[in-house]
Amino acid sequence: MLKLPIYLDNNATTPLDPRVLEAMMPYLTDVFGNAASRNHPFGWAAEEGVDYAREQISQLINCDPKEIIFTSGATESDNLGIKGVFEMYAQRGNHIITTTTEHKAVLDTCKHIEKLGGKVTYLPVNEQGLISLEELEAAMTPQTILVTIMYGNNETGTVQPIREIAAIAHKHGALFMSDGTQAVGKIPVDVLADGIDLMAFTAHKMYGPKGVGALYVRRKNPRVKVTAQMDGGGHERGMRSGTLNVPGIVGFGKACELARLEMAADAERLSKLRDQLEKELLTLEESYVNGSREHRLPHVTNISFKYVEGEGLMMGVKDLAVSSGSACTSASLEPSYVLKALGLSDDLAHSSLRFGLSRFTTQEQIDYAINHVKEAVTKLRDMSPLWEMHKEGVDLSTIEWAEH
Amino acid sequence: MAYSDKVIDHYSNPRNVGTLDKSKKSVGTGLVGAPECGDVMRLQIEVDEATNTITDAKFKTFGCGSAIASSSLATEWLKGKTVDEALAIDNMEIVEELALPPVKIHCSVLAEDAIKMAINDYRVKNGMPALELEKAHH
Repeated sequence: MLKLPIYLDNNATTPLDPRVLEAMMPYLTDVFGNAASRNHPFGWAAEEGVDYAREQISQLINCDPKEIIFTSGATESDNLGIKGVFEMYAQRGNHIITTTTEHKAVLDTCKHIEKLGGKVTYLPVNEQGLISLEELEAAMTPQTILVTIMYGNNETGTVQPIREIAAIAHKHGALFMSDGTQAVGKIPVDVLADGIDLMAFTAHKMYGPKGVGALYVRRKNPRVKVTAQMDGGGHERGMRSGTLNVPGIVGFGKACELARLEMAADAERLSKLRDQLEKELLTLEESYVNGSREHRLPHVTNISFKYVEGEGLMMGVKDLAVSSGSACTSASLEPSYVLKALGLSDDLAHSSLRFGLSRFTTQEQIDYAINHVKEAVTKLRDMSPLWEMHKEGVDLSTIEWAEH
Repeated sequence: MAYSDKVIDHYSNPRNVGTLDKSKKSVGTGLVGAPECGDVMRLQIEVDEATNTITDAKFKTFGCGSAIASSSLATEWLKGKTVDEALAIDNMEIVEELALPPVKIHCSVLAEDAIKMAINDYRVKNGMPALELEKAHH
């Protein structure tokens, strides 16, 4: 029997893989030591678990285990990377380049940097959600210390040309940081080959536990350092103080190991399911995929259904747990800034749904989702005066609306 | 946000969805809202001239569940009422009936405005002056 509602919001968070929980269990009970306790076996056992996890994580992204700095999650990692570089390299310059479609953890950190006197360039994206390498090159100045551009977008799944971006940053003597939250564990991410100097990522987007993430900080060519943003015991090579979340870290390690071993098969299966979902939903008239269909993560699609209002649509697809480009659930009617950056009108941004598949998504669930969304969109359009006008050939932009 | 059972009922089983022939003299149409605001409501009434009674009402709404429910409820209430009784419908009655939360009161306002616009459209079509309307409660 199909269990409802169906969870298709895996860009928000993923369920914990039972194998990850199993790996964590001993560290929630018997192996409770503080990994920083050096003088007894309780501490040693905890440290051993952490060291092993560091290995597992470093193998997934092809780095040295010492280059992993554990944090509470990707938001903290983004903050530590950007603020930490800004402080550490203040002598060298004060300019940071990012994009308009970053996660708030990056955008709001950059806003904070501006308040501290830093300069930030927010590169626009094209209708595919991709930045222009020429614009990036043109934005580089001798003062530029950091380029921070996300790997894969959380709303559309669009994957930026990371290697080319890294090359441009390095050519101009800047560091390159990437928010890898959505990409790590889903597509091959190789910090060496990609030329990434710092990378934020987190466990709970790849079937690991919440509350644990990492900042990759390169140790050679070049040796990168970040100024700690929290004072304390000097854990994590002095870059992030605070007692390590040992069970979380052990789970993060296991999640990375599973991702390394199963990513290729997962990606192949999920992209097939995603493509099927997308193809079927695009048979509805006036429906559009948002973001690049060529450069994107394998498990995500974001589709707008014109002439259907976003909140009504969310209510209509009540058997699915999905996200909408509309923030109408709050009092504000602001549509997604990411979709607006792609050039979508407010109404098209409002009427979008994001589907994020996971390792646990089944064919049966996707078949159900297809029918459910089709029914909801068709029903709402039959009820929509805008759809009726559209079908009669009325150009809606010529109507003088009685605005409220 | 949690919707009331009545909103869910009207959303799932909307009453009187449809279109009346707006070229008929007996039909009045009200179209309110704007696509970029996320709500467009079209409400139509058919009036029996002899008795000044609303014999039919239809709606189509682009909007959230509360907007759909407000217009669906309005059509239910309109049928069988005289035009004067229809003019007396207050948006707060819709708010109460559907248990709309404060952020959704504008849906009921739209419905009241749509009723009044439809009545005025009918009046003008039949040679009566449009009524000066006071704004509904915001």
